[in-house]
Amino acid sequence: MPRKKITRPKGSGDAQVAIAEPIEGLPEGLATSDLVESYTQMILVRTMDERIWALNRQGKVPIAASCQGHEAAQLGSLLAAQKDGRCFLFPYYRDLGLKMAAGLTPTQVMLSFMGKEGEPYSNARQFPMQGADLEHNIIQISNVVGAGLTQAVGYALACRMQDDDTVVLTYFGDGASSQGEAHEAMNFAGVHRVPVIFICENNHYAISVPQHRQMATDDLASRAQGYGFPGFTVDGMDLIRCYEATREAITHARTQGPVLLEMQVERLMPHTTDDDHLRYRTQEELDAAHERDPVSNFGAELIARGIITPEKSDEIKAEALKAINQATDAADAANLPDPSTMWDRVYSE
Amino acid sequence: MAVKNVIEAVREALREEMQRDPKVFVMGEDVGKRGGVFLATQGLIDEFGESRVIDTPLAEASIMGIALGAAFRGMRPIPEVQFSDFIWPAMNQLIGETARACYGSNGVLQVPLVIRVPYGGGIRGGLFHSQNVESIFFHTPGLKVIAPATPYDIKGLLKSAIRDNSPVVFLEHKKTYRLVRGELPEGEYTIPIGKADVKRAGEHITIVSYGLMLHYCLEAAEAVSGEGIDVEVVDLRTLRPLDKETVLNSVKKTGKLLIVHEDNVTGGVGAEIAALVADEAFEYLDGPVKRLCGPDVPTMPFAQTLEDEYMPNTDKIVQALRKQAAY
Repeated sequence: MPRKKITRPKGSGDAQVAIAEPIEGLPEGLATSDLVESYTQMILVRTMDERIWALNRQGKVPIAASCQGHEAAQLGSLLAAQKDGRCFLFPYYRDLGLKMAAGLTPTQVMLSFMGKEGEPYSNARQFPMQGADLEHNIIQISNVVGAGLTQAVGYALACRMQDDDTVVLTYFGDGASSQGEAHEAMNFAGVHRVPVIFICENNHYAISVPQHRQMATDDLASRAQGYGFPGFTVDGMDLIRCYEATREAITHARTQGPVLLEMQVERLMPHTTDDDHLRYRTQEELDAAHERDPVSNFGAELIARGIITPEKSDEIKAEALKAINQATDAADAANLPDPSTMWDRVYSE
Repeated sequence: MAVKNVIEAVREALREEMQRDPKVFVMGEDVGKRGGVFLATQGLIDEFGESRVIDTPLAEASIMGIALGAAFRGMRPIPEVQFSDFIWPAMNQLIGETARACYGSNGVLQVPLVIRVPYGGGIRGGLFHSQNVESIFFHTPGLKVIAPATPYDIKGLLKSAIRDNSPVVFLEHKKTYRLVRGELPEGEYTIPIGKADVKRAGEHITIVSYGLMLHYCLEAAEAVSGEGIDVEVVDLRTLRPLDKETVLNSVKKTGKLLIVHEDNVTGGVGAEIAALVADEAFEYLDGPVKRLCGPDVPTMPFAQTLEDEYMPNTDKIVQALRKQAAY
């Protein structure tokens, strides 16, 4: 993959552009309808994210990690994977948007956060959406950060051994990049040219520890050089750039081996519902981060480009609220797992 | 039947299973051209190629994590940890991830992998080439743990482990590799996981053991037979799941139990067996349950005198048996 600057067209703000018209210069494979669909997903994810925090304060959701600020990176890369159709995902604990948009219904997601029967990843044995959702090509066993990276490499290696051209995308935060296994995974992948893409959602915080206390470099992407494969820093607040970078990375991974994509994002919320980020971040810093909110900015841009109207945007938000309300009610009414199921499936049956 | 040693039995099992199933592959440090430091994988790279006999970078966490990921995709990886002492960097992947993958996905994920672990002392390996690591895996639900003692058992159990859909920690005692020889049948056979084997029948005292110590126990049983002490020797073969029935049946018959293992005494396999017998065979006991195990020092030290001081051996077992018999 050539190291090129991934650019996107600057909007003219011309509201007269017809809604069905493609944007000039959209990356290959991307239509304006995809943008509307992604925006709709973003709104749904954001509405869910806000709801689970409220439910946490009501005592109905024990724990939640927010993806607010990460939506463009997660949904942009997911869009590339879905359009490719031959990708497998090893996400991490902050990938609510990715896991939700991969195909789960809002009710399934809400069952997960409430720990109810029918939860799709582990039937509520684990933290929300942790385990496996094979129907949507996703595995995430644990939240020991970095542990999924070597597993993703092994999965990709096995695909190649089976003459299957699947590309594996493994996601992690800047915190996980300090783990020894991150090094081991990238080193092995480089040596064996494994078809894997390492996607770091760099929000510059490992809970409270800022990036300059985690690494002595300004970026993560430059590490790739040391493993013998390309690395790129991408504006993770920009869905189109994340889509395009991932699409190119998939082609590269399939034909030549690993790629490291560092998607620079903002963490808009505390680490989890148990954290208070004002203990280690200033209000000014948070205000500046919110200025870069990928969801509201994407909506504003779609409106400015005339791809959607303000009314359409409001309609999308109203539909999302309705769906999340229904999901909340459905999950609230759902059963808890039968205690006797605790004994099941310690071993393969 | 041909007489072969333990390492030849391991190699035969690996080769036959790789021939039988293209999903089976081996990976680890020096397993390729070198054939493994103990030559367990000798010749496999010539027969199956580099794609199924993978020389890895020297990094145990990724050896285990990559094997786990490959198992998720339906392969049957056999990662080798060169010495048990080097397994600790892989412990998060093994205990944290592998053991919990099936349970943590509500049974959706299967983990058909076998991690081969040369372990144990008595070979002047010192603190970092001698360790007994079994108690930690024995303690871990989600794993199966196998520790055979003879070529026949190791071949049959390794084949069963490779065909099992749950993760198996397969412990091979290094000192038995070339020391212990036995007959191997020509044809195909497997041994079920979770079944102990009464290696010697007797009426007066039960010994429960496994691995290298099993052979010392058999020697000791023979040594005291002339004194009118008739010893039954139970070889656990599989540590987890534990074959409670065979242990209990033997103790109910003899009324006396001596547990022998090389691993540290505190919190070891023997402690669990003692608890099992106290719980489920108390009325049958005719004396205290005794353990002859490795002492609570980190590992057997390097110097010959210090290693001898650590290791249980035939003489120590004979003395323990005489005390048990006299009780």
